[in-house]
Amino acid sequence: MEQTLILTGNQAAALAAKLCRVQVIAAYPITPQSKIPEVLSEYVERGELKAEFVRVESEHSAMGVCISASLVGARVFTATAANGLAYMHEQLHWAAGARLPIVMPVANRGLGAPWTILNDMQDSIAQRDTGWMQFYCQDNQQILDQVILAYRVAEQLLIPIMVCFDGFRLSHTMMPVSIPSQEQVDAFLPAFQPPYLLDPERPVNINPVVMTDPIADPQGNLCPGYMGFRRRLQEDLEAALPVVVEASTAFEKAFGRCYQDPLYRYQTEDADFLFVTMGSLSSEASETVDLLRDEGIKAGVVGLRVFRPFPAEILSQAVQRANCLAVIEKAISYGYEGALNTELKAALFSHNGHRPTIFNYVVGLGGKDVKPADLVESAHETLHAAQNGTRQEHPRWLGREV
Amino acid sequence: MATAILDLPEQEFVMPGTRTCAGCGLPIAYRYILKALGPKTIVTLPACCLTILHGIYPKTPIAVNAVNNTFASTAASASGLAAGLKATGQDDYTVLAMAGDGGTFDMGIQALSGAAERETNFIYVCYDNEAYMNTGVQRSSATPTGAFTTTTPVIPKEQPKKDFIQIMEAHHPAYLATTCSSYPGDLYNKFVKAKSIKGTRFVHLAIPCPAGWLFPTKDTIKIGRLAVETGVVVLYEVENGVLQLTGKTLSLARSGRRRPVEEYLKLQGRFKKILPEQMESFQQQIDLRWEQLLGRAGF
Repeated sequence: MEQTLILTGNQAAALAAKLCRVQVIAAYPITPQSKIPEVLSEYVERGELKAEFVRVESEHSAMGVCISASLVGARVFTATAANGLAYMHEQLHWAAGARLPIVMPVANRGLGAPWTILNDMQDSIAQRDTGWMQFYCQDNQQILDQVILAYRVAEQLLIPIMVCFDGFRLSHTMMPVSIPSQEQVDAFLPAFQPPYLLDPERPVNINPVVMTDPIADPQGNLCPGYMGFRRRLQEDLEAALPVVVEASTAFEKAFGRCYQDPLYRYQTEDADFLFVTMGSLSSEASETVDLLRDEGIKAGVVGLRVFRPFPAEILSQAVQRANCLAVIEKAISYGYEGALNTELKAALFSHNGHRPTIFNYVVGLGGKDVKPADLVESAHETLHAAQNGTRQEHPRWLGREV
Repeated sequence: MATAILDLPEQEFVMPGTRTCAGCGLPIAYRYILKALGPKTIVTLPACCLTILHGIYPKTPIAVNAVNNTFASTAASASGLAAGLKATGQDDYTVLAMAGDGGTFDMGIQALSGAAERETNFIYVCYDNEAYMNTGVQRSSATPTGAFTTTTPVIPKEQPKKDFIQIMEAHHPAYLATTCSSYPGDLYNKFVKAKSIKGTRFVHLAIPCPAGWLFPTKDTIKIGRLAVETGVVVLYEVENGVLQLTGKTLSLARSGRRRPVEEYLKLQGRFKKILPEQMESFQQQIDLRWEQLLGRAGF
């Protein structure tokens, strides 16, 4: 039986891991993720979850444990944030290169220096090119759902997935979350079937040194060189969106909630102006859209739930009607602009050549409050620029102080 | 008594065709380690000389399952293997983690300390060739005083070797042993024993390296023996805090016929610039440790 509980985002992530019957957990606490390993420790120590919990001494080791446990066929779980994720960076490449279906919630937090424990998305956006898929959540229900969905997708594609959600704004905020029964989750997500089994009679050297050019094995079959392995990862990521859609269709059938669209859309049908954003900012932007609509501005929101693989074509179509876009981001590629802004422009160039006015806004770094008034201001500025035909040189920082 | 060569198991897990340098001590030791541990072994290794030994895809001369991992995470990988094998009901495998002195004394120390403190069920071998040999003989914290390396090219290393075995003993592992590739019987016995014990087992394995230590490739066994005969390497094992000398070291302790360190140092080109006072200090350090270890062993 489904039931509704009032949970924080961290509790939802931990409960999702339990429902997915993860077999090995390795995690190191970091604010604002700490509650996830705490809750999971309790599940394991009380015997409610049959799993090996490895209380590692660092995030680098957390991912090291997950990689090797996954290699021998276990369903594995970890979670982190900010500098913990940055510390894992080397291992993230290794996990994706080794094609391991690891699922990892990231409670998004700003990176030092200077220190902040509060929310932005610089941590996970900076891991964009590691070969992991990235899902972004808007509320705590999505955290629970996306973790369950992520295991199904990851194990089908053999690609690891980060399930990202805003630190404190979601990790520490309580919301009602509909909890599926264990039987429902078991039916949706059967036990992990690893693609190969360890056999002492047929030993293998996993993740060995690979040469540039293909080399023949003793039977004369040409085996891939380094680029061959890397190209396969890219090809599988290019073909991953339909797999997400297919899994989402099965998810809707099982649980009634619908994630087939990699985009969250609010009031987009007739919109001339769109906020393009990610994560819980999508909800804040939706509130602002209601205010703008009261002013008579046909505004809407497009929020990306899937950032890797990048849904370029779907996003291009979603903004095709609007002639004015404000891209609101809690991260920046220093020296240029927000990653989403760059990628949106690239998608338009490649897919339909649509050239709306696009203004990029950097907001909410280090937990800075994003006020509806700020977003209203960004909308007015972008609309004004569209009328005057002015273009933006550099991203604008909203809520800037001293 | 060390197992006699003729009494070792015949099954080979290190096939001909390894890619180590000529005269390398590592494949000699690895052969007996795997004979002792048997086919149900899974080895995890970082980027190191052992990676070279394991060969280039799609071929490998090693007939046990192996996992390559990042430099700093050998013991974390072993923790993952132990946890994953247990969680999936495959825990009849022996998990063997094996890294060089760079991957152990230096970059791997954090993960190893963590895994040992967690009493992870695995055997960790540090094969110590006293510098970053795989990358071209750069100084490590295991390099002894007076040795020149490619990052101490003009002034030989001034600091003494890190006493890593003591660091590991402070973790109170279930089993701790030292051994050397020149004594296959001693080495084999220790791995047979290590396999029979549960928990964290740490083995320090001294490996002469002709390419980095600058001696003729025919002398690998001789140099390893001299290391033991001079007391630079002391063969022992520790269980429940009790230290026992083994093999050649035990007979040296009984006979008192330890050789001067100079005999070991003078055969290696890496020590050609060692100063007389460094040589003297080296001998004093070896004497002090010899007395301490023999005292603990009841001599």
